[in-house]
Amino acid sequence: MGRKLLLTHIDVPGIQSYSVYKAQGGYRSVDKALKSMSPDDVVEEVKKSGLRGRGGAGFPTGMKWSFLAKPEGVPRYLVCNADESEPGTFKDRYLMTHIPHALIEGMIVSSYALGAHTSFIYVRGEMMPQIRILEKAIAEAKAAGYLGKNILGSGYDLELYVQPGGGAYICGEETALLESLEGKRGNPRIKPPFPAIAGLYGCPTVVNNVESIAATVPIINDGGEEYAKIGIERSTGTKLISAGGNLAKPGVYEIELGLPVEEFIYSDEYCGGIANGKKLKAVVAGGSSVPILPANLITKTIKGDPRLMTYESLADGGFQSGTMMGSGGFIAFDEDQCIVRNTWNFTRFYRHESCGQCSPCREGTGWMEKVLYNIEHGRGTMNDIDLLWDIQRKIEGNTICPLGDAAAWPVAAAIRHFRDEFEWHINHGQEAQSRNYGLAHYADPLEVVTES
Amino acid sequence: MAEEIQKFQVSIDGISVEVDAGTTILNAARQIGGDIVPPAMCYYSKLEGSGGKCRTCLVKVTKGSEKDPRPMPKLVASCRTTVMDGMEVQNITSPDVVDARKSVVEMLLINHPLDCPVCDQAGECKLQDLGYEHGSENTRYDFPRRTFERIDIGDKIQLHMNRCILCYRCVYVANQLTDTREHGILYRGDHAEISTFIENALDNDYIGNVIDVCPVGALTDKTFRFKNRVWFTKPVNAHRDCPSCSGKVTLWYKGADVLRVTARKDEYDEVEEFICNTCRFDKKETADWTLEDPTKISQESVIASNHYSQFQPPAVIAENTPLKEANWEQLARTEKLK
Repeated sequence: MGRKLLLTHIDVPGIQSYSVYKAQGGYRSVDKALKSMSPDDVVEEVKKSGLRGRGGAGFPTGMKWSFLAKPEGVPRYLVCNADESEPGTFKDRYLMTHIPHALIEGMIVSSYALGAHTSFIYVRGEMMPQIRILEKAIAEAKAAGYLGKNILGSGYDLELYVQPGGGAYICGEETALLESLEGKRGNPRIKPPFPAIAGLYGCPTVVNNVESIAATVPIINDGGEEYAKIGIERSTGTKLISAGGNLAKPGVYEIELGLPVEEFIYSDEYCGGIANGKKLKAVVAGGSSVPILPANLITKTIKGDPRLMTYESLADGGFQSGTMMGSGGFIAFDEDQCIVRNTWNFTRFYRHESCGQCSPCREGTGWMEKVLYNIEHGRGTMNDIDLLWDIQRKIEGNTICPLGDAAAWPVAAAIRHFRDEFEWHINHGQEAQSRNYGLAHYADPLEVVTES
Repeated sequence: MAEEIQKFQVSIDGISVEVDAGTTILNAARQIGGDIVPPAMCYYSKLEGSGGKCRTCLVKVTKGSEKDPRPMPKLVASCRTTVMDGMEVQNITSPDVVDARKSVVEMLLINHPLDCPVCDQAGECKLQDLGYEHGSENTRYDFPRRTFERIDIGDKIQLHMNRCILCYRCVYVANQLTDTREHGILYRGDHAEISTFIENALDNDYIGNVIDVCPVGALTDKTFRFKNRVWFTKPVNAHRDCPSCSGKVTLWYKGADVLRVTARKDEYDEVEEFICNTCRFDKKETADWTLEDPTKISQESVIASNHYSQFQPPAVIAENTPLKEANWEQLARTEKLK
């Protein structure tokens, strides 16, 4: 049984409320941090823990915090990115719905570490129930003296606000989020300057994912070194995985990093295998933006080692044969699923969510969607595959924000690993309307490639 | 004594130039001049915050600076990246840059109506120039292009959204002229469109400048629409005593008639000074103006056709063999124009 840090008390009835959360040992980290630690100590603990950003990029949180500029007389802000909108990812919503106080507690500790006296939780607009839950939790914490002026007599003041977004995926990009928070159109800013220097209202700002902020609670409670003992190498701690798709038991699982992917899919403790006794065809391991992998590459790396749920192991082999941890949106596809249709669906999403600011992404996502629509509906030509490859190559890396890359990667990976299926779709346009390509050879063990 | 401004040495396509700290790569390149200047569709030096969006000015930074010589991992937008001391930049000498630029041009053109024959901007359109210099000859896009209804924003300006490349220049002009936000972008992605606040008219005294900053024919002057092709008109610099603006303009003559009045533009097609609506729309008699001299028009512009002067290759590449080689394709085209 893997250790749980964030979801330890998830099954306790009434854990949503302050009194139950407090009775389960909640808000210990605030007491500890404010009474016995300096802000720098907290940053140091988070650095020691090796915690990496849980929002997708996997950048070390402690390092991000230490980059924050601290000019005199200028306020600093902490913004929690709860604009979770990646297809396949729903861990933050789950956390906010069921243990809102874990996020509030983490926000207090993190704000204290960064010296922020006003902090924001930017929640996606569609999550109205979660916004109400968070506001209720903030009111409870305030009533208990954990927010407001002079918290616990330490002289530290903090106000926490929940800001609903308008429901745009692009507002999950940190600079677009800040623009939106300022009341402007959510277009990503051009970096540099990075938010750590000039973020919200031009002041130094740190933007962190919900899970990263919540993870500071066990780090402060048990110490960074204790946290770093969980996991493998540079992937420390636990991670929430939103398992979805054709799994027997989809849901949000907290795993210790380093768990083998095969165990995660097939073990009864986790997903319990593929639903309805079907076979696994492909997996998107970290939310829709990361490259899709066929069954044979997701369980074993190209070198023949078992693939583990860590930042490094999932990325093993680069984009040739690997993928990314991303935000932990684990989508499994069984043998009946059509990769072409899925790729088209993802592209449709990115076309709809591109902000339209820079040309390659604005025009390219629409173009890819139209080409894929044709292929999926039996009107594609063989040239279309090469065209798609060329379009994605030209979007990737040429845009202001990572949405362009996120739109390009799934298409690139689908063509790289499932080219046969695309070709079958084109050559059997009529047949492809009534049946799917099936599992084909995508689960066959691959020949191990060793470095010569 | 004024504080001495720090100078940075930067090399672009092997040509060194010393610029003030804080200069962008694009402006450093413009100080060198010639063909190594990246094209810019959205950047406008007079508009604060513009740039970074169209991605045509992408360049490759092969050496970050003297202190940190690591190259930058991706191509960067030269209009928004400031130079560092000892930075080395490749523009036309890098195949990656040329390729990326070609693809950006392709992306910009896939939804453009290509209605140049009936577009008032034809002849002075930056997208035409860009497509000619950096684009490919044919299209791989065979889907219906997106279309919009034409709308009037104010009684003198028409917005033809089909042609828009969403450079945001007009948004910055409108924002920087007034305190209220009345002009902006609606919707997202490839269905984004420029619009005014619930079809309000823009009636600021300087709003006519959105026509000048528009690199394509999306915003056109209703007092000039369909009057003539720009290459049939003769530009003449003129001025008048204007109570609200500098009054320095270019008059565009056809015969003895002033067909249109625009602000004066420099070699990068940026206006020198914004002019007021009165000068632009209402003063269309020669008697209103004191004429100066004929406006200098670039050799490569179609407006300069029938001006019989000798073609000179751009100064920088004239004697530089590696640059000539890197740029042979473009040179050959300019040679053809001779």
